[in-house]
Amino acid sequence: MTTEPTIKREAVADHHDGSHNDHPSVWNPMRWLNSTNHKDIGLMYLFFAMFAGIIGFGLSGMIRMELMEPGVQYFDGSSWWGDQHNFNVVTTMHGLTMIFFMVMPALIGGFGNYFVPIMIGAPDMAMPRMNNISFWLMPFSFALALISMFVPGVSEASKGFGGGWVLYPPLSTSGHPGSSMDLLILSLHIAGISSILGAVNFIVTILNMRAPGMTIHKMPLFAWALLITAFLLVLALPVLAAALTMLLTDRNFGSQFFDPAGGGDPIMFQHLFWFFGHPEVYIMILPGFGIISHIISTFSKKPVFGYLAMAYAMAAIGFIGFIVWAHHMYTVGMGVELKAYFVAATMVIAVPTGVKIFSWIATMWGGSIEFKVPMLWAIGFVFLFTVGGVTGVMLANAGVDHMLHDTYYVVAHFHYVLSLGAVFTLFAGWYYWFEKMFGFKYNAPLAGLHFWLMFIGTNMIFFPQHFLGLNGMPRRYVDYPDAFAFWNKISTFGYFVTMVAMIVFFVGLILSMIARKKGQANPWGEYATTLEWTLSSPPPFHQFNELPVVKKTDHH
Amino acid sequence: MRLHGLKLGAAMAGALMVGAGAAFANEPSPMAIGPQPAASKAAEQVTFFHDYVMVIITLITIFVTILLGIVVVKYNAKANPTPAKFSHNTMIEVIWTIAPVLILFAIAILSFPLLFTQDVEPTREKLESGEYAELTADDWITIKTYGRQWYWSYFIDKENADGEVETVEFDARMIPDADIPSVPGARRNLSTDYALVIPQGKYIRLNLAASDVIHAWAMPAFRLKTDAVPGRLNQLWFKAEKLGVYYGQCSELCGRDHSFMPIEMRIVPQDQYDRWLELAANDIDEAQAYIDEVAPRPVSPVQVASAQ
Repeated sequence: MTTEPTIKREAVADHHDGSHNDHPSVWNPMRWLNSTNHKDIGLMYLFFAMFAGIIGFGLSGMIRMELMEPGVQYFDGSSWWGDQHNFNVVTTMHGLTMIFFMVMPALIGGFGNYFVPIMIGAPDMAMPRMNNISFWLMPFSFALALISMFVPGVSEASKGFGGGWVLYPPLSTSGHPGSSMDLLILSLHIAGISSILGAVNFIVTILNMRAPGMTIHKMPLFAWALLITAFLLVLALPVLAAALTMLLTDRNFGSQFFDPAGGGDPIMFQHLFWFFGHPEVYIMILPGFGIISHIISTFSKKPVFGYLAMAYAMAAIGFIGFIVWAHHMYTVGMGVELKAYFVAATMVIAVPTGVKIFSWIATMWGGSIEFKVPMLWAIGFVFLFTVGGVTGVMLANAGVDHMLHDTYYVVAHFHYVLSLGAVFTLFAGWYYWFEKMFGFKYNAPLAGLHFWLMFIGTNMIFFPQHFLGLNGMPRRYVDYPDAFAFWNKISTFGYFVTMVAMIVFFVGLILSMIARKKGQANPWGEYATTLEWTLSSPPPFHQFNELPVVKKTDHH
Repeated sequence: MRLHGLKLGAAMAGALMVGAGAAFANEPSPMAIGPQPAASKAAEQVTFFHDYVMVIITLITIFVTILLGIVVVKYNAKANPTPAKFSHNTMIEVIWTIAPVLILFAIAILSFPLLFTQDVEPTREKLESGEYAELTADDWITIKTYGRQWYWSYFIDKENADGEVETVEFDARMIPDADIPSVPGARRNLSTDYALVIPQGKYIRLNLAASDVIHAWAMPAFRLKTDAVPGRLNQLWFKAEKLGVYYGQCSELCGRDHSFMPIEMRIVPQDQYDRWLELAANDIDEAQAYIDEVAPRPVSPVQVASAQ
């Protein structure tokens, strides 16, 4: 991706010194509340995601603690943990938090906001004020979701919504008459508005504000990934909004969209939900695909292999992602021909995904690889995403999915592609751009240790869950037959290892903040070719006052 | 005392197994890494398909891992100081697009027949001689079940002496943990107070619905799972081939006690089933006592381990 700008690197770096006067100090809250600067907003998204990530990770810890031993140890109604209903609340909130308030804000709001304008040579996002409201809706959305855990759900005594992140009625309508679910609906509505506004901003920015000479086929793959992600968001989220609104009116205004007693259909909600929900999983992974391409190219010291195929594979994944939704619903009682269609369509996704995996390997092939920390995360990602991907091929087949649906096999599968896939890309991007964003170096030994502990820990959590699922353990269970005890214990031990990894992450972060080893504009060398490396670290408050020009002879 | 009971249970289980084949392990087993043993021919097909796909995906994962290993060893900065410059190779790109398509075809060719076998009720049966026999209405039993918070209700039609059809109806609830030690062979979180009893050799059509929220009736040994949805009548079928006790659990989040509405199913010879149904029409407790006597739960491997 050589978007070699014609302006000189030094000239851009100079901007930094002269730019201090036109923006308030970092300690001025108004700088953040009123921010229209894509880099400030990007950082706010990242730290918001970090905060949500701590909560989401803590909730998963409660799940793993409970499941360490057979029997109900913690959620037995005798302490602040609550009873079995609260276990369901915790799993629900773990899912929603990680998806809507951790992965999406970090990858799209965080890295997307910070780096897409820079990579395409734009001074900022197209609609900076809309960018501000996109971010500031998120804390309120998250606050509503968190409050929902502490207001009546099933009854006055049973607080919170325990119906799973999929919010299926009738459990989310007549099953939870309390106001908890209403708060959750509003929370997701607001998060949805935030994401739609952000997505519109990305589409407009990428289509209209690329630097002179940067054609769409010369655009860095991360910008490609965000463009496709933004289209998925704009097309998928309104469907979720519609489904949520119908839930809201079913609950409060006497409509019966999902109530069979009034001619409604609970399965209709599932169709609407998964029409959003399946693209949603690609929304979470596509930005990561973009990040990984840059990292692998940079550290292999080679251009990305098959740039166009990489870009269009993402587009193909995005498109097919919209026509496979009912593979989440093989057991609802669909017709067999319909299932057959969804089997075929779902398996097709393996083809563009395979193109991406092999192209990443081909990018490394013949390279001169330096195993810096971001590269470790990237290689780890390629391996783990392959493992998560092939179990997806297994699950795509309805014949065997009847056995595996709603078991821990599914839990293992989607955590391999998300918590070992999307989250690994997130940390890869974090370490890749750390110096660029903050102007100082990350603590390399601890960052490496963070990777290895996390790699071991997450595999230890999720690999045994395949075994549990195959042997029949259903998901969302607070207690299980004694035969499942062994692998559950291993899984919880894996959580402890991962917890150490997270502590190492934060200690490394704090140590690097104390050390403040001054960063370079481009620490990675000449193969880090995207435009952010032509700027100082951190970049000037306003970059590209003169637009960089991409020469015709440059290739992507 | 307890140990004695367990030994007795084991002896009875052993006696049962002589007639039933492997009636022992149709339940989760400790440290297992694969599916429960298949309880029917249709389930065996699923196991076969799973193993088949498992071989393919394992090979793919190993292949990718080897490629990554080669890259790491051969193309690190020390081993290969000067990076190559290539970024295209049309031939290899065509190959790695076509090859996955072919692999998917190889999977699909078995996947679709399996799906149709599972979802479409058979009209004929292959005999041991290789010939086919048409199935008649007598080969089928229709059972209706309702998922409820948090138990299963079963409805079985029974023809009485006058030829009138009456419905035998009972609710199956999980045996609470506190009662497990006093019920011979009972599995924690799996055994129910009343078992669903099925006659061997019959084809079962299970109609499913729910009265409150969505539940799912799952029977891993038969590779079955179908949602029980309010306002909708779903259906699944299976053939009761091997005698034994089978366990399943609710598999759609249904509220607080989602983990505690298991399914216990016992497949017994036709005459025992007839007797059980006769008794159940009057008193389900008596029917359960009868079935506990003639077809008891085998002793649980976990209990054996903890008793030693």
